[in-house]
Amino acid sequence: MKVAILQYNAGNVQSVRFALERLGVSPIVTYDQQTLISADKIIFPGVGEASTAMQFLKEKQLDKLIPTLKQPFLGICLGMQLMCKFSEEGKTTCLGIFEETVRLFDNSQNLACKVPHIGWNNLQKLKSPLFKGLSENCEVYFVHSYYVPLNSYTIAQTDYLVPFSAALHKKNFFATQFHPEKSATVGEKILQNFLEL
Amino acid sequence: MHKKRIIPCLDIKDGKTVKGIHFENLKEVGNPVELAQRYAQEGADELVFLDITATVENRKTFAELVKKIARVINIPFTVGGGISTVKDVGELLNAGADKVSINSAAVYNPDLIDELAKHFGSQCIVIAIDTNLVDNFWRVFVQGGRKATKLDTFVWASEVEERGAGELLLTSMKHDGTKKGFAVMLTSKIAQLVNIPVIASGGAGTLKHFADILTEGKADAALAASVFHFGEIRIKELKNFLASKQIPVRLG
Repeated sequence: MKVAILQYNAGNVQSVRFALERLGVSPIVTYDQQTLISADKIIFPGVGEASTAMQFLKEKQLDKLIPTLKQPFLGICLGMQLMCKFSEEGKTTCLGIFEETVRLFDNSQNLACKVPHIGWNNLQKLKSPLFKGLSENCEVYFVHSYYVPLNSYTIAQTDYLVPFSAALHKKNFFATQFHPEKSATVGEKILQNFLEL
Repeated sequence: MHKKRIIPCLDIKDGKTVKGIHFENLKEVGNPVELAQRYAQEGADELVFLDITATVENRKTFAELVKKIARVINIPFTVGGGISTVKDVGELLNAGADKVSINSAAVYNPDLIDELAKHFGSQCIVIAIDTNLVDNFWRVFVQGGRKATKLDTFVWASEVEERGAGELLLTSMKHDGTKKGFAVMLTSKIAQLVNIPVIASGGAGTLKHFADILTEGKADAALAASVFHFGEIRIKELKNFLASKQIPVRLG
């Protein structure tokens, strides 16, 4: 199986690569269009800032390619946010795979909830083969200040200030707001499930 | 529900784990990769590795160690010690670290925080503040706690937040190494002052100390070293205790 990690100016490419290697897969890290098109699975990681990341994707014309891909595709964290239509971060027009707007957490009514949301939280209302073998309230690791509200593509939700989309799914496109590559054995199971799709 | 985090800290000198008592008298306690793996399996929520060698030739050893750790560890980890440039941070993140912790360099050059946040995003920038009471003022210390500055800890905490820090790692030198409990009052004040998570460090000795800092102290996370390294407190036992006190923790 050929697994590609989409390389761009994002922070966690290496962590995703190591996580896949722990599962016995040797991914290719690339932004080459042909290599991406011919891959069996693609992971789109992301740690960083939305407008800078979109700029890079545009320079490499990946903004045109990504929505046309047909193989199972998994966006992580900023990757998931970039798959939406628009992000409040840097007022950025994104890839538009999911018709959603990415919003900044507002904690003005609850200052005890810090922003960014950093740490472990529960996954609820799981509905996807991505979560096969996992139970309600399993715990995963988040690091983010922006979130995708609940919508018709939500396949898992988490509560922090508001209930928000912890994961999304539409056709071949999957996305997680949390970091499966950093979520201990629960995250390993999710990555394994994705590889088996 | 959002969980409070338990974070073992490993001080690294020349590629090995050490623990300082009052930042001095180092003694070796083990292989960092093995220790990190053990903590991850026992339920640690994150790990912190501080390079206390911080000489140029040993920086490479540390980056290699970071890569070894990243290959085997399936939870987030932060690295720190002697980081002073965008290039340093890039190298450590590329080696697989999730976050970097900056201390003295941020005090000497506060613009570094803005630069790093812009370059890599606030989420991976942890600002470490070593503080101690001097004439009734919580002063910021640099160079591993050896040198006092004129900076007030509260003023500095607000400034680093404004400049783009994603988290604060607050160490009370007065409490560090005493095993008599964390700086509950100080941490609580800082945690209410800033709008970013605060990791409390220094003074852990008993299970109750952790409960106190995560409730009264309003810390988002508690960091400790020797109580874990010497097996005085096991992470599983600690998490079960905190859960019994209705503190939300990840039980795995």
